[in-house]
Amino acid sequence: MSFVNGLQCRECDQSYPKEPLSVCEFCFGPLEVVYDYEAIRPRLSREIIGNRAPNMWRYAELLPLDGEARVGGQAGFTPLVRADNLARRLGLKDVYIKNDSVCAPTLSFKDRVVAVALSKALEFGFDTVGCASTGNLANAVAANAASVGLNSYVFIPADLEMGKVLGTLIYKNNVIKIDGNYDDVNRLCSEIVGKYRWGFVNINLRPFYAEGSKSFGLEVAEQLGWRTPDCIVVPMAGGSLITKIRKAFTEMEKLDLIPDSRCRIFGAQATGCSPITTAVKAGRDFIKPVKPDSIAKSIAIGNPADGYYALKTMLESGGWGEDVSDEEVVEGIQLLAEEEGIFTETAGGVTVAVTRKLIGQGRISSDDLTVISITGNGLKTQEAVQGRLAEPAVIPARLSEFEETLPQVSAVG
Amino acid sequence: MPTSVRIPVQLRTLTGGQEVITGTGGSVLEIIEDIDRQYPGLKDRICESEGKVRRFVNIFLNEEDIRFLENLQTAVTEKDELSIIPAIAGG
Repeated sequence: MSFVNGLQCRECDQSYPKEPLSVCEFCFGPLEVVYDYEAIRPRLSREIIGNRAPNMWRYAELLPLDGEARVGGQAGFTPLVRADNLARRLGLKDVYIKNDSVCAPTLSFKDRVVAVALSKALEFGFDTVGCASTGNLANAVAANAASVGLNSYVFIPADLEMGKVLGTLIYKNNVIKIDGNYDDVNRLCSEIVGKYRWGFVNINLRPFYAEGSKSFGLEVAEQLGWRTPDCIVVPMAGGSLITKIRKAFTEMEKLDLIPDSRCRIFGAQATGCSPITTAVKAGRDFIKPVKPDSIAKSIAIGNPADGYYALKTMLESGGWGEDVSDEEVVEGIQLLAEEEGIFTETAGGVTVAVTRKLIGQGRISSDDLTVISITGNGLKTQEAVQGRLAEPAVIPARLSEFEETLPQVSAVG
Repeated sequence: MPTSVRIPVQLRTLTGGQEVITGTGGSVLEIIEDIDRQYPGLKDRICESEGKVRRFVNIFLNEEDIRFLENLQTAVTEKDELSIIPAIAGG
């Protein structure tokens, strides 16, 4: 039941069959999955989708598998939370959080891309998979590979947060720490993929992997009542998610699932690793790589492969890109936790803080229905807030002691 | 002595399957021109028609992306190694 015609280079339009390929062999441009939308049209309607199970596979026709998904059956369809408390703090009327910090099974949006990549790896007959990762992808590959008995090799920068490392090792796979940053890890992996017959989710499975991100955007539009928001703020690392959210909205328009979208798409980075937002603000149409230096490690990619298209996505949709300091990232994490009871990781702190900044600049206004994309869970990056929260009082287990301490405890709150 | 150049999988059809070739020159550009003389077509695949490095190609001098150095004008010695690497997604 495949609706995939093949792959096509986004830069030079060269066509390729459905194969494990990382980039266009002629110009090194990214490869896009091309679907037969006319064949999909009669198979997808609001009603059909609405009657399916609450996971990302309710959009199976728009995902690049030939058969049933064999990995990550529970991934996706995370809550879209109406965030009135946060909206008040931000001075907006309608704010929603798309909360992938509870995506199954590893608490980040990477479960979506890995569900597709590993299902595809099985279709291609790989018995070993791998990835280069800033942490969330590592967790998702290790867990999902374990669930179907695939061998996995995960390559990470040596300085990742402990939660991300433990959350990979627990699945008893092969974890290799590289003495360097993510871009160094990627460089090594690009050489490994040429030598071993492995399915590397972000390299030779990249065209398929990246499609999994679309489900984030598809769900946002469905959960808003089959329409796109006025604004969506999306964290950017390699720049793939933001471009795929736009592709999702475009596909839904094409299939008449939603009215024409006028959604302005905003990209968020940490100032310590902001090659894409820097290009937006400088009015450049090329990305100058940087050496990452930020606590937002999950989005610390200095040389973003999809940066150019992320830039185009923001500008063509009428959006913009902004970045925030590490201090603001932590404030963003705390703001979301205190107002909405959602503990997000550093990338989420970036997105919340950038949203606040964009509102301050007047780029998002009070009437704009705004979706903030939360892509990962705060329990994985506890280092970011350690030492910044009030220490709990320790008292003997006596009521009098408690009552003596109460004013103090209340004062902390 | 010429400088070693590591070739990505995508370009090995032009180098007869070789992973590492050598080129002579004092800058990255001169070396690219030299390897293009030996393996015609290589420069076209690495650079756009105006001569700039293609958007999705990364060239490293040893461990450093040449965009952090002097781009194509970066000086190269015989002890250095150049690597040509496609841009990679991930996170």
